Amino acid sequence: MNNIFLKNIIRFIALMLVQVLVFNNMNLGGYMNPYLYILFILLLPVRINGSLLLILSFATGLTIDFFGNTPGLHSTACVTIAFLRPGTIKLLFRNHEFGTGEEPAPFSIGFRGFLRYSIVLVFVHQVVLFYLEVLSTNHFFYTLSKVFLSTLFSVAIMVITLLLFGKRKK
Amino acid sequence: MRNLFALLWKHQFFVLFLLLIAISMYLLTRSYTYHGTIAYNVTSDISGSVFSSYSNIADYLSLKEENELLAYENAILKNSLSSSFLISDTQYVYHDSLFRYIPAKVVSNSVFKRNNFIMIDKGRKHGINEEMGVVSSLGIAGIVVGVSKNYSTIMSMLHQNMRISARIKNSGQLVNVIWDNTDYLFGTVIDIPSHIKLNKGDTILTSGNSLIFPEDIIIGTIESHEVDNSKKLSTATLRYITDFNSIKHLFVIENLMKQEQDSLLSNVIGNDE
Repeated sequence: MNNIFLKNIIRFIALMLVQVLVFNNMNLGGYMNPYLYILFILLLPVRINGSLLLILSFATGLTIDFFGNTPGLHSTACVTIAFLRPGTIKLLFRNHEFGTGEEPAPFSIGFRGFLRYSIVLVFVHQVVLFYLEVLSTNHFFYTLSKVFLSTLFSVAIMVITLLLFGKRKK
Repeated sequence: MRNLFALLWKHQFFVLFLLLIAISMYLLTRSYTYHGTIAYNVTSDISGSVFSSYSNIADYLSLKEENELLAYENAILKNSLSSSFLISDTQYVYHDSLFRYIPAKVVSNSVFKRNNFIMIDKGRKHGINEEMGVVSSLGIAGIVVGVSKNYSTIMSMLHQNMRISARIKNSGQLVNVIWDNTDYLFGTVIDIPSHIKLNKGDTILTSGNSLIFPEDIIIGTIESHEVDNSKKLSTATLRYITDFNSIKHLFVIENLMKQEQDSLLSNVIGNDE
């Protein structure tokens, strides 16, 4: 139990620092903003208490907002995907039994499973984020292309991170 | 009442979701007006110190460009020394300084978001307050919106609430500059009278009508201007003189007469009603 707790705290701090100091400054072609920090929400244990999931996601979003001067923007997106997460997991991994503290990481649900799972939630996150940021339909297709490219880029960075730091399949 | 609580408890996941979304939306909506940005901007020493320790390291990468810019600026300053002028008479002219420039270093910056902010390493301790103008060594940069003890946040020109009163250098006509672009290089000049035809390269300066910026600070040059005769006012695209993606040093402008001007203005408005 303590182990999970400690692991998530370290993961939270590491992801926040990397996001704020590195990825927030990165912007390929003016289009692609990688949002690696969502990985924290994605990797919380499957059987986590629902309210705790919401509160942790809200805190994650607020922290990013705090460093990016975007009050409420990331927290809205994060709370939205936290709300959709249990349903998404149920829908995608109907036949998988999750143990206590088990994370929806590649070594438990497979790379293909993780890819589907992360693309769905990251996509929702980016839709909420970019359209709320613009708050108009003026640049609808520009924003849409930003959403697609950022989703792909974010998921790619997540997969690379997991390949480097994640546990191997036993 | 007990049933209500029982019901809320049963659906705590959904209730909590609504509550958190409501809080986020509340935070979000008040940041969408200019005054909201000024009033609620949270600038803190915590985020500031994280950014400044990072920029201490990152700054080594751009030392060469910074040196060149400083040398360029030194040349301009040397030109304005009294020894650079031929003094033909000895009549004493009394100048009261109106603006004071406070140098600052950028510790964090963004250009690709819809609303962009710059954070600098000077705060209330160094005499910075909300609604002070900020310029780079080339031209305009933004307005201070949040101040903590050691750091300040600047709403850069790349913000949807930014609106600067400006003047066309050649004709002296008053216009406004906003940013409704997706590109950090370009701004938009609005409210151009229809009889004015701008050419590429025409300079747009600050008007000095607001109490925030001194007169004649360069905002940028005209990139393109299409006159639509059916409308009274036309718009043009402007290329900012400041490259927001590479700014490292800024100057915060303190208007030393602001209090006097403010009270005069509120007197006039007060008498009007």
